[in-house]
Amino acid sequence: MNFFEDIKIGQRRELGSFTFTADSIKKFAAEFDPQRFHLDEEEGRKSLFGGLAASGWHVASACMKLLVQEGQRLAKEAAARGESVAAFGPSPGFRELRWIRPVLAGDTISFATEVRSLRPSSSKPKWAVLEARHTGTNQRSELVFSVLATAFVPRRNDMAEPGKRVPR
Amino acid sequence: MLCFEDFKPGHLGRFGPRRITREEILAFAAEFDPQPMHLDEEAASRSMLKGLSGSGWHLCSIIMRMMFDGFIGRTASLGSPGVNELRWLAPLRPGDEVTLDIEVTEVRVSRSRPTTGIVTFKAVASNAAGQALCEMVSPIIVQRRDDIALGQAGR
Repeated sequence: MNFFEDIKIGQRRELGSFTFTADSIKKFAAEFDPQRFHLDEEEGRKSLFGGLAASGWHVASACMKLLVQEGQRLAKEAAARGESVAAFGPSPGFRELRWIRPVLAGDTISFATEVRSLRPSSSKPKWAVLEARHTGTNQRSELVFSVLATAFVPRRNDMAEPGKRVPR
Repeated sequence: MLCFEDFKPGHLGRFGPRRITREEILAFAAEFDPQPMHLDEEAASRSMLKGLSGSGWHLCSIIMRMMFDGFIGRTASLGSPGVNELRWLAPLRPGDEVTLDIEVTEVRVSRSRPTTGIVTFKAVASNAAGQALCEMVSPIIVQRRDDIALGQAGR
């Protein structure tokens, strides 16, 4: 996780990968999305997905998991350099979420994120609003998941309101 | 089973309430969204959300489950291509009783797969105080009745 001032439009980060085992697909589905094609191999084969398929919300949640991991890795690095650590702000939402291809049992999805737009928040002076496209690609290099997500990112305190800076 | 033809634009139903426990919030966050604002009371109180809150993706998953229990479980659903837009409007808190309102906004027959239709709905999840927590617009693909009738005639 970086501060507003460190982020450039077009910046891309690879977030690592997540393997969807049959067990993890069924466990998530049993709790949150018990549609038959997420719970049973045979039902999955008979469905449009062609196999036991992960719930789309499982895929999105795995993407979030890797985003948080990456943020925590960056924070640790910043702390090790003695720099101040930027913490995630909450997200106001997302749009254009696409489950492009099914994620089937055994698939390994590599996630990445790319900065699309960035602007200071008009209502929260310590924050900026970031828009990023997160994507997931399977082991055959096929795009399976895409979402345009919005998040609050912190501004460096001493630069948040330059007009109000107290002369040292 | 509800088919494409059973969905008409307008209010489809109100589902829940479903009570979300602190344990559920912590378990989801630990697995998928381990940010301090979702895991740690002290850090959460200093966050923009001013107190422990559930992951937005947890709320999405809860909405999915409530839609399943409400109508998708008895719908000839073939899955969803995505979500047009989703807004997290207020934090999900431990103990919240979540109610889900579903409105069908658009129905159309699929051009690429004419035995199916696309039902687009707007879902609004609210807490017991009536405050909207999340709003989502999303299509699902639903089998058409004609196709089911044809399938049965062939047996």
